[in-house]
Amino acid sequence: MSILVITETRDGQVKKAGYEAIRAAAKVAGEMGTEVTAVLFGADDAAAKGMGGYGAAKTVHVTDDRLALYANSAYAKTIRQIAEKEGADVVMMPATALGKDLAPRLAVQMDGAIAPDVTDLVVESGDIHAVRPVYAGKALIKIKINSVKKIFTLRPNVFSAGTASGDEAAVEAFAPELTDDDFATKSTGTSIASGKLDVTEAVNIVSGGRGLQGAENWNLVEDLASVLGAATGASRAVVDAGWRPHAEQVGQTGKTVSPNLYVALGISGAIQHLAGMSSSKCIVAVNKDKDAPIFQVADYGIVGDVFDVVPALTEELKTFLA
Amino acid sequence: MNIFVCVSHVPDTTTKVQVGGDGKTIDPSGVTYILNPYDEYAVEAGLQLKEARGEGEVTIVCVGPDAVKETIRKGLAMGADKGLHIVSEPRDGFGTARAIADALKDKAPDVVFCGRQSIDYDGWQMSGLLGEMLEIPSVSVAAKLEIADDGSFAAERDIEGGSETITSKLPAVISAQKGLNDPRYPKLQGIMQAKRKPIEDVEPAPYENRVEVIEMSKPPIKEAGKIVGEGPDAVKELVRLLHEEAKVI
Repeated sequence: MSILVITETRDGQVKKAGYEAIRAAAKVAGEMGTEVTAVLFGADDAAAKGMGGYGAAKTVHVTDDRLALYANSAYAKTIRQIAEKEGADVVMMPATALGKDLAPRLAVQMDGAIAPDVTDLVVESGDIHAVRPVYAGKALIKIKINSVKKIFTLRPNVFSAGTASGDEAAVEAFAPELTDDDFATKSTGTSIASGKLDVTEAVNIVSGGRGLQGAENWNLVEDLASVLGAATGASRAVVDAGWRPHAEQVGQTGKTVSPNLYVALGISGAIQHLAGMSSSKCIVAVNKDKDAPIFQVADYGIVGDVFDVVPALTEELKTFLA
Repeated sequence: MNIFVCVSHVPDTTTKVQVGGDGKTIDPSGVTYILNPYDEYAVEAGLQLKEARGEGEVTIVCVGPDAVKETIRKGLAMGADKGLHIVSEPRDGFGTARAIADALKDKAPDVVFCGRQSIDYDGWQMSGLLGEMLEIPSVSVAAKLEIADDGSFAAERDIEGGSETITSKLPAVISAQKGLNDPRYPKLQGIMQAKRKPIEDVEPAPYENRVEVIEMSKPPIKEAGKIVGEGPDAVKELVRLLHEEAKVI
C-alpha cells in the first residue's frame, strides 16, 4: 500500500532531490493514510536509516553490486519487483537525468503511466493530482493518472527536503532477480566537472547574456557566482555563439530552473529565456536597457552596464558575506 | 539500415501561450507550428547514420492530425526518404508511444531516434517508453554518439554537472540532445523533392491514454519588482534588500 520513493546516490552520497521526494511523498502518504518506503541503491546502512529523518518509514536497500553503475532496464525491473513485494501502486522519484530516463521504462514495466517533472502534488477525492509546467513554464496543467500504477517524477529544488529529524527508517535488504538481458545498456561511468554545480540542482544561479560581449568576460559571471556559491547559467544567444556550453543554457530549449536566487547579467529576457527561469524565487537583473523585458519578471533590478555594476556587486557581497 | 525518426509538431518557441476555450489545452489561433527543435538533431543523426553506412532508409514518424504532415515534410526536406503519419490525436506521452510502438513493431527498426523532449508537453519520456514497449535498449539525452559497424554503440548523455557514457547495441531508441550534431538546413531542391516523397498514413488500433488533463492555467503573473537604482551606486541597497527583504542571502 505504501508510496515507493526512489532516491539517487552519486559517489555514495544521497542526492538532495531524493530527500525532497521523500518529504513530498510523506505529505501525500499522510493525507492518504499510508506510509513512504524509500528505495536506496548502493550507499551505506547509515544512509538507508537516515531516510527516516525525512519521513520514510522503511528503506529497501538494494545491495546488488551489478547495480553500482546505472542501467535503465535493470533498475526498472528491480523497482518493479520491489513495488510488487511492497504492494505499492505509486512510485515517486526526482526528475533528475536518471529519474527522467528511468521513469518511462518503469512505467511500461509496471503497466502504469508517468506524470513527469511535477512541481506540486495535491490529494483530491482520494486521488493524487499533479501540477506540472508545460511549454517551458508558459502554462501549468493539473493532471491525473488513470491507470492503477502511477509514477511521478518531481522537479528538483521545488519541494523542500526540510531538516532531517532524528527518526530512523527500518532497513530491509533487497536482492533483485536479474538476468544478463537486463543489462543491455551499461554505464561505463560518469564524468563530472569537479566543483561545478549544475543549474538544475543549484540553490543560486548567476547567468550571463549577450551584454557580457564575449566569452573572455565570463570571469565577471564566475566571480559573482563563486561569492554566492552559485551555478553559472547562460542565455541561448550566448550558447549559440559558442561562448558557453549548452549544459548551462537556461530557457525553453535549455534547462528550466527554480533556484532561490537567479541573477541575470546582461540578459534582455527573450520570452524563451523567461519561460525557463521565471519560477525562480527571487530574480535580480542587471541590464543597461531600462526597458528590457527581464525587468518585468525581476524582483530587483539595477539599470547599468554589467562591466561597472557586476564587479561592484561582487565586492559588496564578498564583504557582506565574509 | 532501417532508421526511424519520431518528430513532434509543436508551437514555435516565441509563442505566447493562451489557455483555450476547453480550459485544458492552448488556444491554437495565431500559433505557428514548427518541427520540435530537439527533433532536428534526431533527424540529422538519422541522415548521418544512413550516409555513413552508404545504405538504408530514413522514415519520419509523427502522431497527430493532418496538420502534422507539414512537419513530416520538413524532415523529408532535410533529406529523409519517407514519412509515416499515424493519424490520431496525441493525448498523452504513454498513448503516443503506444501508437508509435504498434506502428513500428513489424517494421524491424535498427534504430529509432527522437528528441530529448518535445517543447510543448516537456515530458522527456518518449525514448524510454518506446524502448520498453519495443523491448529494445534506450538511451536518453545523447549529446554524443558513436555507432560501430557491428551495431554496438557508445552514447554520452548529459547528466547534472557532467556526462555519463552508456554502451549498448542496436536496435535501440536514442533521444537526441543539442550538441549531438549541427542539423542541416533544407535546400530548395530538398524542399521541392519533399513534396513528392511518400507519406504513409496509418490508423492506429484503439489505444489507451492514461494521463488526463484536468485543467490548464497560466502561472501567476510575477509582478515587476523594483528598480533599485542605476549603476554601481545601487549595489549596497540591492545587497541590503536581498538580505533583509528577500532573505535569500
